[in-house]
Amino acid sequence: MLRTVTLAAVAALGLAGNAMAASEVEITDYDFPYEGPFGAFDQMQLQRGLQVYTEVCAACHGLQYVSYRNLHDEGGPGLPEDQVRAYAAQFETFDEELDDFRPAIPADKFGKSALPEAPDLSLMAKSRAGFHGPYGSGLNQLFKGMGGPEYIASLLTGYEEAPACAPEDFPGYYNVAFGSGGFPESCIDEEGHHMVPGSWIAMPPPLLGDDVVYEDGHEASVVEESKDVTAFLMWAAEPKMMARKQAGFTGVLFLGLLAVLLYLTNKRIWHRAKYGPRDE
Amino acid sequence: MSGIPHDHYEPKTGGERWLNNRLPILGLLYDTLMIPTPKNLNWMWIWGIVLTFTLALQIITGIVLVMHYTPHVDLAFASVEHIMRDVNGGFMLRYLHANGASLFFVAVYAHIFRSLYYGNYKSPREVTWIIGILMYLLMMGTAFMGYVLPWGQMSFHGTAVITGLFGAVPFVGEAIQTWLLGASAVGQPALNRFFSLHYLMPFILAGLTIVHIWAFHSTGNNNPTGVEVRRTSKEEAKRDTLPFWPYFVMKDLFALAIVLMVFFAIVGFMPNYLGHPDNYIEANPLATPAHIVPEWYFLPFYAILRAFTADVWVVMFADWVSFGIIDAKFFGVLAMFGAIAVMALAPWLDTSSVRSGRYRPMFKWWFALLVVDFFVLMWGGAMPAEGIYPYISLIGAAYWFGYFLVILPLLGVIEKPLPIPATIEDDFNAHYDPKTGGTHTAVKPAE
Repeated sequence: MLRTVTLAAVAALGLAGNAMAASEVEITDYDFPYEGPFGAFDQMQLQRGLQVYTEVCAACHGLQYVSYRNLHDEGGPGLPEDQVRAYAAQFETFDEELDDFRPAIPADKFGKSALPEAPDLSLMAKSRAGFHGPYGSGLNQLFKGMGGPEYIASLLTGYEEAPACAPEDFPGYYNVAFGSGGFPESCIDEEGHHMVPGSWIAMPPPLLGDDVVYEDGHEASVVEESKDVTAFLMWAAEPKMMARKQAGFTGVLFLGLLAVLLYLTNKRIWHRAKYGPRDE
Repeated sequence: MSGIPHDHYEPKTGGERWLNNRLPILGLLYDTLMIPTPKNLNWMWIWGIVLTFTLALQIITGIVLVMHYTPHVDLAFASVEHIMRDVNGGFMLRYLHANGASLFFVAVYAHIFRSLYYGNYKSPREVTWIIGILMYLLMMGTAFMGYVLPWGQMSFHGTAVITGLFGAVPFVGEAIQTWLLGASAVGQPALNRFFSLHYLMPFILAGLTIVHIWAFHSTGNNNPTGVEVRRTSKEEAKRDTLPFWPYFVMKDLFALAIVLMVFFAIVGFMPNYLGHPDNYIEANPLATPAHIVPEWYFLPFYAILRAFTADVWVVMFADWVSFGIIDAKFFGVLAMFGAIAVMALAPWLDTSSVRSGRYRPMFKWWFALLVVDFFVLMWGGAMPAEGIYPYISLIGAAYWFGYFLVILPLLGVIEKPLPIPATIEDDFNAHYDPKTGGTHTAVKPAE
């Protein structure tokens, strides 16, 4: 089930100390298959997301901490080795030893952003929080997660017609999920409140629907493409998530077992001290 | 070593005798492990084991992390990502270490508030208490420096804010700040020295742990009644105590297993919940995060730091009497360290003749309020310093100081304590022995 929540972004609050900068953003709580303690990445979704990343995002953004070989890793998109090699070979990488460009191999990294002002996406899904509060309690993040992926998906689907209050030539693109961009004075009321959610982002709408043709015949609407590429970016930020949950599950299970055994041992040891004969 | 009379180690074999005559290490281990421990200790006495375990966990995971980490401003962030992605089990090491800090502080706060309630700090255990406070300070320093190492946005700008506090010290502040950072701003020298100290300080902490244990093994443990173990004869002492092994070792290990279950669930399923997303952005001196917040375990004292703004009358008064030397910023710094200092002075501020809060009807409520106050301050520290929040923090800070400086000394005079049990044995039997009308009945059928 999708729910749209409106949140006060803490962005730009603290330092300047002026409440005027408070921006409301609309984050949609999209569902992803990897959520929850037993959730797992959907391999097909990660592959679709890789396709969206490659054909759309990679034009400007990089993944500097991710290696091509990771595409083969367990718990990830799971491309066969020959496909990984073929995928990497499409790209050129700068080799310091050769002092020249050469075709990339699986051991190479995806590389930095092509456009210097486009942020690297390796850790985007972990470096943003979509959910906050309520009242600084952190409960939303406890139950829904930090909201990094939801933030990315909401941003990709958050482009809307600029509101009437904004001047026509205001730089950037109006996005209801983006809180830290430019905001026209004309959309701020006398009390300093923003009249519309979100702000103006420099990135033009990257997804318009049917930007890619999925091999598995999956629907390529803006929402579906956004969710797929978001899932891929979550994997890029946390490639060991499956192994981590497995470790957590094993740890809790065996510690639980150990706790039961220790409980029984402890009970047995103390029994004589508590109820046994006093004078021996 | 212990003041409680008990059986000492007797070497049984020729080999043991040979070693013991040359190095009495077996005797030392025996006396430490078999120390007579009040048998009525409750579940709040388990945090010491949790803390010792966590220190070991942090040292072991930390040593392995260092094998893969690079303390360089251009490489630190990437080396952490290298640990997360390429090092075998590296993601677990790092998540265990990062969340281990939180486990450490959960345990230490439980441990401290346990001691504040049951009067563990009172004579003759003041030295144990003071060493404990020193260990807590050292822990805070270690945690702070460790948070700098990933070289994320919050690492960098948090360091700038916290070291900036020392800049508030009159006359020499700027020099101290430069000396701490090794430069006029946070950069490579700061990262290098914080890395060095972050590696060193846990070992000092391990040393202090031994002194801490030594101190309370000399005085004997306190217990929920605050009544001392009878020491007139070995037989009487035995009726009040049980040896640490196996009774308390097993009990503590069981509790540790439960605590670690929760810990593993957090590490496995929500390892970033207690951190800040901003720290997954590499440090950039030119872009300051909108909202700089310390880790949760510093928040109560961070709230006290920020509570004393220039428009508070005590601050204005201090400013006036000190001819402007103590301004609002310096006052905040003094208040933050003062909040821990008053805690350290608790043994001399508490005038009550009764040790345990269990038998102090008025104290109980003031103490409960202190616990609430601690959480309110924690929350206040996380909120932006504007609107009503600084006032809430100010009230919280005032109560914190009020509790230690006014309420504790006064209560001892005006409070009428409840009768305390004559011995630990009585307290224990009242709980467990069905013959004397205990609340628990034996599981075993009557013989």
